Amino acid sequence: MMKFAILVFPGSNCDHDAYKVIENIEGASPKFIWHRENNLSEYDAVIIPGGFSYGDYLRAGAIAKFSPIMNAVISESKKGKKIIGICNGFQILIESGLLPGALINNKGVKFKSKQISLSTKNYNTVFTNQIPKGKEIFMPIAHRQGNYTSTDDLIKELIDNDQIAFTYSKGGGGNPNGSCLDIAGIFNKRKNILGMMPHPERASDLILGSNDGSLIFKSIIEDIV
Amino acid sequence: MKAKVYIRYKEGILDPQGKTVGRALDSMGIDGIKDLRIGKYIEISFGNISKEQAELVADESCRKLLANPNTETYHFEVEE
Repeated sequence: MMKFAILVFPGSNCDHDAYKVIENIEGASPKFIWHRENNLSEYDAVIIPGGFSYGDYLRAGAIAKFSPIMNAVISESKKGKKIIGICNGFQILIESGLLPGALINNKGVKFKSKQISLSTKNYNTVFTNQIPKGKEIFMPIAHRQGNYTSTDDLIKELIDNDQIAFTYSKGGGGNPNGSCLDIAGIFNKRKNILGMMPHPERASDLILGSNDGSLIFKSIIEDIV
Repeated sequence: MKAKVYIRYKEGILDPQGKTVGRALDSMGIDGIKDLRIGKYIEISFGNISKEQAELVADESCRKLLANPNTETYHFEVEE
């Protein structure tokens, strides 16, 4: 049984969605972990869910990085444990320095909540191995600060190391927020950490309009089995 | 003792909020504005510490939390 820790910060609001998805996948079990805890050693994978941790005060994700649980996330990530940050979770991973670059205000300022599509840029990872090659995957976004930006040097590094996970694709209307190179999600260099703005946990059941998101969670489980 | 901290986006970082506000002023008929950028102003009050200590505390606060070194720059003034 693969054990998923789902972190809960004050203001997390996609934690229950993630819990339901993991609960319904065979061979996986979820558990909520409050942000004041400081040990993740018994879990195989960590989900940092979306929401508005600490009300997005100062900058999205900026304060959550000082929660005690983030020390555990950093130490487990160094051991190669799988960590996925979704939306606000991606923002927290960036603020913590576990992923490079920055997420700034969407071009056009608006909060964007809509269905988008993604193309996968690297299938050879613990997060993407179950996605059929060439398949456009559909899921929603819901964010105000999802405009990925970085220095030219770092962008080159991301490309050279195959660290770009997903880009926004045409089928769902293309780039919704102004991200450079249409980037929707990136890996760390070692590829055991994924941060992405779109919400796979909100697209893991056909009743929600798409179950493409479950391919990402199934990839994590396949890799362990 | 107080520190007045100013945080602004680096050049080249898109500031959609500033752009929108700039356009709003323009549409109100206020002419002559070429560009407008919005930053943050933070005031920190200190207990009984020296000006040198206050500067160190303000700088550490900016480096570790208040500003994002990827996208923002900061400066501050400590006043007695």
